Amino acid sequence: MRTIAVVGASLAGLRSAEALRAQGFDGRLVVVGDEPHEPYDRPPLSKDFLLGTADRESLALSDPDALAALDAEWRLGVRADRLDPDTREVHLSDGSSVVADGVVIATGGAARTVPGTLSLRTLDDAVALRAALTGGAERLVVVGAGFIGAEVASTARKLGLDVTVVEVLPIPLGRVLGPEIGAVCGELHLDHGVVLRCGVGVDQVSSSGVVLTDGTMLPADVVVAGVGAYPATDWLADSGVAVGNGVLCDQGGVTNVPGVVAVGDVARWSGQRHEHWTSAAEQSSVAVRNLLAGHTVAVHDRPGYFWSDQYGVRVQFVGETHLYDEVRYVDGTPEDRKFAAVYLRGDAVVGVVAMNNARHFTRLRRQLGAATPSTPAP
Amino acid sequence: MIRVCTVIDLPPGEAVRVVAHVPIAVFNADGELYAVDDTCTHQDASLADGWLEGCWIECPLHASSFDLRTGMPNGLPAKRPVRTYPVVVQDDVVYVDTAVQDVA
Repeated sequence: MRTIAVVGASLAGLRSAEALRAQGFDGRLVVVGDEPHEPYDRPPLSKDFLLGTADRESLALSDPDALAALDAEWRLGVRADRLDPDTREVHLSDGSSVVADGVVIATGGAARTVPGTLSLRTLDDAVALRAALTGGAERLVVVGAGFIGAEVASTARKLGLDVTVVEVLPIPLGRVLGPEIGAVCGELHLDHGVVLRCGVGVDQVSSSGVVLTDGTMLPADVVVAGVGAYPATDWLADSGVAVGNGVLCDQGGVTNVPGVVAVGDVARWSGQRHEHWTSAAEQSSVAVRNLLAGHTVAVHDRPGYFWSDQYGVRVQFVGETHLYDEVRYVDGTPEDRKFAAVYLRGDAVVGVVAMNNARHFTRLRRQLGAATPSTPAP
Repeated sequence: MIRVCTVIDLPPGEAVRVVAHVPIAVFNADGELYAVDDTCTHQDASLADGWLEGCWIECPLHASSFDLRTGMPNGLPAKRPVRTYPVVVQDDVVYVDTAVQDVA
């Protein structure tokens, strides 16, 4: 391969570019990013960056020397509009195009939006939200009690705002963490003086606030929606690349089109789309290996892992929670907001969750898939 | 020199965290004692809570591993080494010499 285009310049795109060079690709490397910024880390956007304790420089995913060493052509602030499957030509929003022998799709996700609200996905979003929260606002309504919503609510409390979180589901994060642990996450809001309204939707957002589907009016100076993201695949229409809730790939990131692989939030590997930092980082080296080999020679099958910092509590989770039978606490209690627990299906550990208990989490995650969970030594 | 604990309080496979000028984690890796900065160089996480395997400690947040002998990370996301410190055992008490800081 002489030219490889990496479409997407966030974590998955950068890690792919790094993996290409690390695995010996010495041809022309073009990285396309629709944001004008060099690759930056998104997790701090809802936490330290929003709070004001981390600056832009600290978000950089790579340093200038390392970026230069990649010897890549950076096409930043330019969107990929179309992929021609026959020529593998990527058409860009500035009218130019890149003809590539290999393409890495790493376009990530875009925030689902609610009219009249701010969202938080990009650095520019975070700058705008921070300006809104620190510009004299007193009341914040957060639509959606997922991780982004909870982290924004937590940060806004630290900034001194009155915060109400609205969640349409009966229990926050119930679909991700299960009802038992989701309920504990919901209690974190209450611990910190945040009002949590579950099981009610948003009817209307106006400049004065939010009207809920039960008729309640919540006055607000700022309204933020954290209602998930969708995979950024619009540009792949008519490309021949199979898409369905993400780019369809095998377990090695290989798509149905030769010379095209997909990684990160946009990619659905063997039916699973992980919108998580660690997956994006880990998938990249695997997909790049397969791209360079011309077929699938490596697969990624590590269980999904994520973490969230909210209200001074670090939540860590690994595994999967559908079809589990029981949550068993292994250390600590939910009341203390410090515990580690396993999700059991039959006798098998299918997931591990912890709050403020990295030590036990680290040990329990080794037991994923093991038949009988053992209690780690204290 | 900072007193960490007695030798029996640091059995193989375990770690103890002490606060010096920065938090320092002291590990017993199969009988050998090592001391490094406790905070991962990538993001705020305590290495003492991590997974110890041989002479390597894996960060509990993002799984970068550090070589306890040199402080060097094995790969991303951490790029910078943690500082290492000499460990001294006298009269069954473990001490860390924080006057000597080695950056690999």
